[in-house]
Amino acid sequence: MMSDKILVIGEIRDGAIRNVTFEAIAAAKKIKEDAEIIGVLCGSEKVEELAQELVHYGVHKVVVIENDKMKAYTSEAFVPAIEEVVRAEEVGSVVMGHTAIGKDLTPKLASRLDAGLISDVVEIDHIGGNVVFTRPIYSGKAFERKIVTEGLLLATVRPNNLKALEKDTSRQGAVIKLEVELPDLRTIIKDVIRKSTEGIDLSEAKVVVAGGRGVKSKDGFAPLYQLAQLLGGAVGASRGACDADYCDYSLQIGQTGKVVTPDLYIACGISGAIQHLAGMSNSKVIVAINKDPEANIFNIADYGIVGDLFEVLPLLIEEVKQLKVEA
Amino acid sequence: MNIFVLMKSTFDTEEKIIISDGRIEDDGVDLIINPYDEYAIEEAIKQRDEHGGEVTVVSVGTDSAVKQLRTALAMGADQAFLINTEEDLDEGDQYTTARILEAFFEEREVDLILAGNVAIDEASGQVGPRLADKLGFTCVTTITSLEIKEEKAIIERDVEGDTEILETMLPLLVTCQQGLNEPRYPSLPGIMKAKKKPLEEIELDDLELEEADVEPKSKTIEVFSPPKRSTGQVLQGELSDQVKQLVSLLKQESKVL
Repeated sequence: MMSDKILVIGEIRDGAIRNVTFEAIAAAKKIKEDAEIIGVLCGSEKVEELAQELVHYGVHKVVVIENDKMKAYTSEAFVPAIEEVVRAEEVGSVVMGHTAIGKDLTPKLASRLDAGLISDVVEIDHIGGNVVFTRPIYSGKAFERKIVTEGLLLATVRPNNLKALEKDTSRQGAVIKLEVELPDLRTIIKDVIRKSTEGIDLSEAKVVVAGGRGVKSKDGFAPLYQLAQLLGGAVGASRGACDADYCDYSLQIGQTGKVVTPDLYIACGISGAIQHLAGMSNSKVIVAINKDPEANIFNIADYGIVGDLFEVLPLLIEEVKQLKVEA
Repeated sequence: MNIFVLMKSTFDTEEKIIISDGRIEDDGVDLIINPYDEYAIEEAIKQRDEHGGEVTVVSVGTDSAVKQLRTALAMGADQAFLINTEEDLDEGDQYTTARILEAFFEEREVDLILAGNVAIDEASGQVGPRLADKLGFTCVTTITSLEIKEEKAIIERDVEGDTEILETMLPLLVTCQQGLNEPRYPSLPGIMKAKKKPLEEIELDDLELEEADVEPKSKTIEVFSPPKRSTGQVLQGELSDQVKQLVSLLKQESKVL
């Protein structure tokens, strides 16, 4: 019998727990409503003080691991530590966010545990006695439903798709500290150069303002950044804009590049090649701004404005500002 | 240096995905080298040219991957292996592929393995890291720069848009991210030479594996197309009115502002 316990691997960024961790807790509940959910948090210091927050979002017990070797994430330190928790708690499933760390950590953990891993999950259902995971394939050109057929079940959930439970500070749960022996690390993190806007990650952003060839230059991205900042969102780009060196490849959205599913996607000067659409067409609401009325992007946009983005964006920025003042 | 590249052949990014009889139609579909694996091949060739040694490209798949392996040889790789599972396996998952590759690498001298960050079809990104774990190699994902000095590697990697700089040691498995390099096109002499380069086909038997050894841990039970987006509305009137209308629609109708 598979254990009913589910482990949620928490992720800390800039001293706070990432929202996708709370979504992973909700995912655990979807796997089994009455499961005992155990959270694990790793870091070098000040980890324990964040533990209660996991409880407030639905975790029953939190395992806190503090170790000097966990100042920055490396799989060499995190994987054996979490493996120890999986074995000690005898969990049947493990869930975490499909983030940079999630993508790096979970396949290695799955390998250690000889387990199946279903990554980038957007939906969880119960069909005919199976827990069924839905995930995009071909960057969202199609979807598949998968099950784990044997042994432990590991899954990563795509940010912004499963809704976190309401925070409830009356929820109670135990916090225990675990000491782990970690191997000498072969990998040393020397430096991290911050490039992302205001710390909002593209794949987690609720609003994405994306630019294509129509943005015409590096400087052309300025109004996009301004709008993204106003809306608490992130800036993205099409391959065309990246290839033309208007922006960094890390902003690229599409079949090569990131796949995003924000609540609002504003495509500025993007024609809408099939590869780009694959990366964003599952966004909830799509707005297209393009000079060319024949542009393919209008075929999938909810709202379209035919016009020069450099005329439209300043007007839009003013309108949004006004909206904020009214609110 | 003994450099290996893990390669997968995938649908061309131009291809539409058509589902018939509950499966993805692959008849007449153009195949390409998974774009992220192209970065891996390019980087392998560069590292070989700098440090000496050989580049070997390995693919787990079917006959259809032969063409992409030849392309890799034409780009400049020295030899290729196709681990053909067509007759042995009905289904497999990332566990399966990693187990097969583990057996392939078991007896080999390896300094560096490069793979794509993800394949653009299944996009699980699991095989590389799983294999590294099985081989006991250091594994660094989504790299955008690689510099090797004897046993040391200085790496830049993309972490959600930020750049992490780290130092680690060989033997090493890395997965390649966009921005690492500009993959070359095969040259005409390259294509001619590739025809004579070794491309060996092996099966599970040759790796002393049986189907039961590589039984998948997960299974796809259904594939389906996303709901079609209905065409929305293109706003009309003066630009400033259109923008006002847009903001009101986003707030009132879509409730995203």
